[in-house]
Amino acid sequence: MQDLLPEEMLRFRRIEDVFRTSCRNWGYHEVRTPTLEYLYLFTATGTLTPSMLSKVYSFLDWDGWSGERVVLRPDGTIPVARLYIDNLGGQELARLFYVTNIFAFKGTGKVNRERWQCGAEFFGGAKLAPDVEIILLAEEVIRRLGISNVGLKLSHAGLVKALLKEFKLSPAEEAKMTDRILEGNWQALTKAKSTSPETDRLMAALLGLKGKSSSFLHNVKASFPKASQDFKSSLEDLLSITTLLDNLGCSYEIDIAAIHGFEYYTGICFQFLADREKIGGGGRYDRLVPLMNGEDIPACGFALYVDPIMKLLPLEKEKKGKSGILVKGKESTPEIIKACFAVAESLRDAGQPAELDFTGREESNYRWVILVSGKEPSPFVLTDCKRNRRRDATSVAEIFKVVREG
Amino acid sequence: MKDYQAGYIKIALPKGRFLSPTANLLAEIDLGFEGYSDKTKQYRLRSARFPSLSAKILQEKDIPIQVAVGNYDLGICGLDWIEEFLVKYPAGAIIKISGLNYGEGGIHVVASAEAEITSLDELSARGSCRIVSEYPNLAEAFALNLRMRRFRIFPVWGAAEAYPPEDADLAVLWGKSRAHIAAQGLIPLEKLLLVTAFLIANRESLENKDLSQILMCFDSKLSAEPQTSIDHELDICKELKITRPSWLAKEINLALPDGHQQAPTAQFLKQAGLVLQGYSEEVVSRRPSAGLDWLGIKVIRPQDMPLQVANGNFDLAITGEDWLREHLYRFPSSPVKKLFALGFGTVKIVAAVSQEIPVADIDELRSLVQSSKFAPLKVASEYINIADKYLRDNHINPYKLIPTWGASEAFLPEDADMLIDNVQTGKTLKQHKLRIINVLFQSSACLIANKNSLSNSDKKEKVKFLTQKLRAGLL
Repeated sequence: MQDLLPEEMLRFRRIEDVFRTSCRNWGYHEVRTPTLEYLYLFTATGTLTPSMLSKVYSFLDWDGWSGERVVLRPDGTIPVARLYIDNLGGQELARLFYVTNIFAFKGTGKVNRERWQCGAEFFGGAKLAPDVEIILLAEEVIRRLGISNVGLKLSHAGLVKALLKEFKLSPAEEAKMTDRILEGNWQALTKAKSTSPETDRLMAALLGLKGKSSSFLHNVKASFPKASQDFKSSLEDLLSITTLLDNLGCSYEIDIAAIHGFEYYTGICFQFLADREKIGGGGRYDRLVPLMNGEDIPACGFALYVDPIMKLLPLEKEKKGKSGILVKGKESTPEIIKACFAVAESLRDAGQPAELDFTGREESNYRWVILVSGKEPSPFVLTDCKRNRRRDATSVAEIFKVVREG
Repeated sequence: MKDYQAGYIKIALPKGRFLSPTANLLAEIDLGFEGYSDKTKQYRLRSARFPSLSAKILQEKDIPIQVAVGNYDLGICGLDWIEEFLVKYPAGAIIKISGLNYGEGGIHVVASAEAEITSLDELSARGSCRIVSEYPNLAEAFALNLRMRRFRIFPVWGAAEAYPPEDADLAVLWGKSRAHIAAQGLIPLEKLLLVTAFLIANRESLENKDLSQILMCFDSKLSAEPQTSIDHELDICKELKITRPSWLAKEINLALPDGHQQAPTAQFLKQAGLVLQGYSEEVVSRRPSAGLDWLGIKVIRPQDMPLQVANGNFDLAITGEDWLREHLYRFPSSPVKKLFALGFGTVKIVAAVSQEIPVADIDELRSLVQSSKFAPLKVASEYINIADKYLRDNHINPYKLIPTWGASEAFLPEDADMLIDNVQTGKTLKQHKLRIINVLFQSSACLIANKNSLSNSDKKEKVKFLTQKLRAGLL
């Protein structure tokens, strides 16, 4: 379990603020789903893999005798898909975003119990434009956060599935292999025996080469004319997305292995990496909504991982300098306390943050310190901590004037 | 660091099915444990050969957990209970040292022969599947790996074979062989694992403590390869003779207890004038008959009844008030209701501590825990929810609950500070040098019902008929 301290919360809020602003500017609406969801939402094929499911926090609900179990939300997308189906199913198009925590344990259960993510989902619409929209939106958020050295990797779930088909595995073996690949274990596939040298060649080309423009995919298309129909149509899909990204000046790397963790993806998959750390990812998941008994609505989305991004953010500069006003009572008598509260309230009403203090400690982090003595004719002593100047003040109005003039 | 230097080595030995083959093995390799036999009344043994070695006899189910938490350096138990633990807690501190060359049967996924389920693929595509098992973690892992769309796991204390087809679609259970399973009217669909006895060790003990003398004794008996052929021969007979019990859905379903409660319940039913076939002391049937075409009767574990009545599998059941409370404390809005006590099987549910702990009541114990001498207080109980509520209500803080499968007294004083368990006379507790500090409540057999069955217009007449008949047995 993780505490977020004031310094960390500043970064957290900054990520949220930038993310929210960008999403709203692109026409997305914020939603929030409950922390507890039913387990069955996540168990069907095409949702979470068994290895992810073995790490969820699940328990019996209030009517535990029914055998129904609930989980602490282990994923951000599936609950939003459920929310869309349950409440917004009538809308052909829905752009939704969320900031949420997800829960999973790893090995010892001591780390990574709770992680935060900022995600956006696009339900409905045709292909292509939404795919590119979510990539560009995610990229905009990252850019506005000021994180440098971020790489975008593209893969395609359809392409991976078509490639897997070439190995002609039994359904059970294929399911196992899919799980392994989604866990990042591509060696399992390279070790598996393929049925033809053509497949080996294709594997070598896709796993060994990393294209940086759509031209790479044109080359793949030209080199493997005998590839399966599934493969070709997925390649075509990726080709049109990359061409569009090329035209929009978005740089990326094509890495077939950049598909990780989720079974629900059907089309383009992408990951954002800062140095080698994954800071976000997403893709197209056309079968999830129908699988969850919704209508046949295509969808795509992404999530940015708040925890690694927080570590990458530059420190907040403006918070370093002296700021704010401290209202100090010279003594803790009821009259002085009352006078202090009154001064602070007037200041806050005027839009100035004002903090109270009755301890007599020496404070250096404020722009202004107002000492309230309550003694006429000048009940206030105003200290300008920046210029190291001190003066008496007879009224709140006088304080305002000085503070405003800076 | 625990007592590594002192060199004390503790081994957990199983009760029950593996007791006698384990006793034979230990005699053969001469670990020097006198008195490890079916007849033993004691839980603790000292080795006559190795002064530093001691043993405790525990329920097999408890052994993997006890070894994992480090209360024991070594343990012997079936692979089924080890996997049941490891599948849920893969990082648990258990090392499987080696299979021992005995064991029996395997863990199978079975369906009723009546249900016409012949393959697992059919099941995974279905909308919903109810799985009953003594091995809830293995059952869950199985369902997840099969990618079942929607499944519900019902953990039971026993008698899983009795549930399909009406009360569960699948059961994950131990069976001697496929033929043995088929003889119970069930179809084995998949074998999850073979059950052999295993020697296990606590990871930290293995890393830090010199266990070599003991491990060397086992050396000659450790099988290099895990055994795979135990029931191979039985399994290759492809033509399974599946007994198909005639079965029809019944309007009213009654659950009767097995185990200790069976004899007094049979006696009571006789008194009430309810003549049953297949529920006397001599004959054991999971589905006895009362000669009423609308009444279905099933024999299951009393621990499982409140939940099985709550979920509507049964309308009525005879169980203990202790198990009803255990259920209601967990699920206060459960639709299970006690109708009346039956006057037999009376026990007291008590809280007890070792005589060495100088407290006379719970208030003194609270002060002791607050002074952090026993913090957290470790409490062993088979009634997890009753124990939890009792400790909360008495403001004991902090405490840790150790779930047991009965015989909690074996855990005191080394592995727990207090127990909450049932006693008839209190003699056993005295024998084990324990002192009762509180009687929580008295419990006896009772008739419980599902509230909905009592109000359902189709059922209530017949339920009333049955309860009146049973009430007559009280006189």
